[in-house]
Amino acid sequence: MPLSTGTKPPGFGALLLRGLLAGLFAGLLAGLFAYTFGEPKVDAAIAIEEAAAHTTAEPSHHEDELVSRDGQKGGLFLATGLYGAAMGGILATAYTLLRRRLRTPSDTRAALSLAGAALLGIVLVPYVKYPPNPPAVGDPGTINQRTVSYLAILVIGLVAVWAAVVAKRTQPTEWRQAIAAVIGFLVVVVVGYALLPNINEVPATFPPDLLWSFRIASLGTQAVLWTALGLAFAALLTTGRRKAAEPELVTAA
Amino acid sequence: MPKATTAGPLSTPAVSPRLLATALGVVTLMLLLTYLVAFDQGAVSQSGMFLHELMHDGRHLLGVPCH
Repeated sequence: MPLSTGTKPPGFGALLLRGLLAGLFAGLLAGLFAYTFGEPKVDAAIAIEEAAAHTTAEPSHHEDELVSRDGQKGGLFLATGLYGAAMGGILATAYTLLRRRLRTPSDTRAALSLAGAALLGIVLVPYVKYPPNPPAVGDPGTINQRTVSYLAILVIGLVAVWAAVVAKRTQPTEWRQAIAAVIGFLVVVVVGYALLPNINEVPATFPPDLLWSFRIASLGTQAVLWTALGLAFAALLTTGRRKAAEPELVTAA
Repeated sequence: MPKATTAGPLSTPAVSPRLLATALGVVTLMLLLTYLVAFDQGAVSQSGMFLHELMHDGRHLLGVPCH
């Protein structure tokens, strides 16, 4: 399925396939990052959780061992691979529907902008309000409320990015566009942060350095995923066309 | 001010109602897949808690709230 055969645009199926492939690749790469930098922190947190469970005799969900720790470390790649593929499918769909509204002649820029918008809207905005937590942090009794708040902040993040684009387009000059975009983004984020409940369930005894090295590893995982997804999708978009394109495109890539 | 249609006309298909319907179906499917990874506790996977536990570390490291 070549992406551009003469004047006929590629179909949705061809774009979707590229998104899914790019997503699977990005997910597995993010899994590798998470395995290397995140798993030691998860292990350390689980050790704390189990030590606490033994002293207080509280039931721990790691006790019944439906899946071994090694199994969960393998399952990490399943989780990030599937998640990546799903995000790749959504990115390809967004690209298909929005490409003509993105005011750039470059397909690469369009793909990277959409991936960047997703990183900002559904990773960075949620991250600041609800930073991810390792095992042993979090009250199982509030999981439903935390999940609803998390979904709400995802929506707010996407609305904030949309508001930035809308605000930017009201302004005639570049610097005013930049200011308008920042203001549009911040208004939505600040209102969203204020409306949603604060959640801090980190036990006072949990080591802060472990908490934050986990959180950095988690942010790195998402950053690797979206960066690799954007780049891989952009690369796959242009491969079908590279032969027909000018030589400078090849050297620039 | 550039017009909304400055994008290359060859890089995507025209947006038609049929394409929108297909896109909606695809996004629903992708969200279901995301749900399976991020939130499912057996209702979708029909595997009890097996898949949920298998993907436990991924959920934590992807930043999804978990227990």
